Amino acid sequence: MNAGFNARGFYTLFAKEVRRFLKVTVQTVLTPMVTALLYLLVFGQALEAHVEVYAGVSYSAFLVPGLMMMSIIQNTFANSSSSIIQSKMTGNLVFVLLAPISSLEFFAAFVLAAVVRGLLVALAVYAVAILFVDLPLAHPWAIAVFAVIGSATLGALGVIAGIWADKYDQLAGFQNFFILPLSFLSGVFYSIHALPGVWQQISHFNPFFYLIDGFRWGFFGQGDASVALSLSVSLGFLFLLTGLGLYLLLKGYKIRR
Amino acid sequence: MTSAISIQQVHKRFASLQALKGISMEVPQGSFFGLLGPNGAGKSTLISIMAGLARADAGAIRVMGHDVVSAWRQSRHALGVVPQELVYDPFFSVREVLRLQSGYFGRGRENDAWIEELLETLSLSDKADANLQDLSGGMKRRVLIAQALVHRPEVVVLDEPTAGVDVELRQSLWRFARRLHREGHTILLTTHYLEEAESLCDEIAILNHGELVTRDSKQNLLARYPWRTLHISVDRSTFQLPEALVSLLTSADDNCLTFRLHREQDTIGEVLAALQSAGLTVVDLSTEEVGLEEVFLRLTGQSGEGA
Ligand SMILES: Nc1ncnc2c1ncn2[C@@H]1O[C@H](COP(=O)(O)OP(=O)(O)OP(=O)(O)O)[C@@H](O)[C@H]1O
Ligand SMILES: [Mg+2]
Repeated sequence: MNAGFNARGFYTLFAKEVRRFLKVTVQTVLTPMVTALLYLLVFGQALEAHVEVYAGVSYSAFLVPGLMMMSIIQNTFANSSSSIIQSKMTGNLVFVLLAPISSLEFFAAFVLAAVVRGLLVALAVYAVAILFVDLPLAHPWAIAVFAVIGSATLGALGVIAGIWADKYDQLAGFQNFFILPLSFLSGVFYSIHALPGVWQQISHFNPFFYLIDGFRWGFFGQGDASVALSLSVSLGFLFLLTGLGLYLLLKGYKIRR
Repeated sequence: MTSAISIQQVHKRFASLQALKGISMEVPQGSFFGLLGPNGAGKSTLISIMAGLARADAGAIRVMGHDVVSAWRQSRHALGVVPQELVYDPFFSVREVLRLQSGYFGRGRENDAWIEELLETLSLSDKADANLQDLSGGMKRRVLIAQALVHRPEVVVLDEPTAGVDVELRQSLWRFARRLHREGHTILLTTHYLEEAESLCDEIAILNHGELVTRDSKQNLLARYPWRTLHISVDRSTFQLPEALVSLLTSADDNCLTFRLHREQDTIGEVLAALQSAGLTVVDLSTEEVGLEEVFLRLTGQSGEGA
């Protein structure tokens, strides 16, 4: 009886979420771009002469895909989680909850809006980075696929965290103690082959590592893991979080008492 | 005819608090229904369950025949809810917010004319492009009403729409609610202003501590307590009250006397005649019709005297 898809409802919510971050572009696109640029200039300058990760690839070039994916990870998570917690705290989530919008429509709208934000941020970082470094594009399809999967995955995680958190500081905690360390420890700044053995093993349990490694493979045609493995793990993680997010929404966890 | 809202054995518990203890009632189509009860009685909780914002632990609610759990899409299309809290999205203007709400309900630009009409009717036209953040409380309240009506629901639920609203806006909201009712909408209203419920509603339910205390037509309810109060001031403070009036007297303070009269059995004329024959001169007189307020206080046990 509730079958079907409220396409317009979904699209309206999606478009609203996109407009929400576009209204504050400085904060949502420009700031992450500048942050990534600072990392590039500081670390790139400092380590350029000392580190060569892949043969024939400058350290600065190596850094750029990592920074792009790190920006995707942080910004897509922030996009859906902050929007949902804000709506919960101001109470205006009620307008969506009163409408005939299903869990799937709700979830898809927030995740896809996060994907748009992720791609925009990644493009912005790319656009400034290529002013400073030469960047090959070995497998453009892989670049696109991993950018979308990474954005969707963290958008989904943001939905889950936004539903779960009751206060902003819980969300900040999630960001500072989970997202940030995992993204720093995933090989943004180094190849995990440079790590001592045990840390290398541990890195293989970090899902962000596969996102970054597969994404980087798209640029250089080489990576720490095989692209098939990176793709499988990344898709698996996305499906897992999608399942969890939909389950929480269907149960009405915290948002329908 | 299917009821506009059909509520069957609804239970809801919040931790140790039993907020609804098995509520059953029907809200007939086309009625102007008053859902009354003191703070914390469970009115908003019941509304949340009909709107799908909360889930009943047991029992069922149907809106225009659609179960709010198994046929939630249809039931939400049939229902427009004005929430009790003044919530709004600070990111958007009034018109944007209405278009968004319209879109959530699957409506596109073809609904724009109706949105403009709502803006007009609720005197929001000149604020249509203002950000929600910059509106007064009363205006935000009107935007909430417009949002609830944007998908043309058959059943409109107003959860305390006139709380904290000035006299002028309150009257204009009453006119608007009456108009919606005339146009065929079923209206469910909660309010703490009992004179408001008395003048607007034709059917009344009273909740108290999660239980349905009464559910009746306004006429029947008022007829249950057919009393009115008569205040009389006489020209002196020491006198002998005529025998016939003693049983009617509820209080005497100096030269001010208060009587409780049965609407059908006692008349003001008799009281005046009795006072006159005792040699007393009436200097002032006023009456109070006992209304819903008294009925309400007695049924919810908030009145000082027993029923
Ligand atoms: N989310 C919640 N968590 C815990 N308790 C709740 C929750 N919502 C409502 N309650 C409790 O349930 C009871 C009924 O609350 P409800 O809001 O339905 O009352 P009401 O009749 O609408 O009151 P008012 O006239 O003040 O709006 C109250 O005791 C309230 O504290
Ligand atoms: Mg209430």
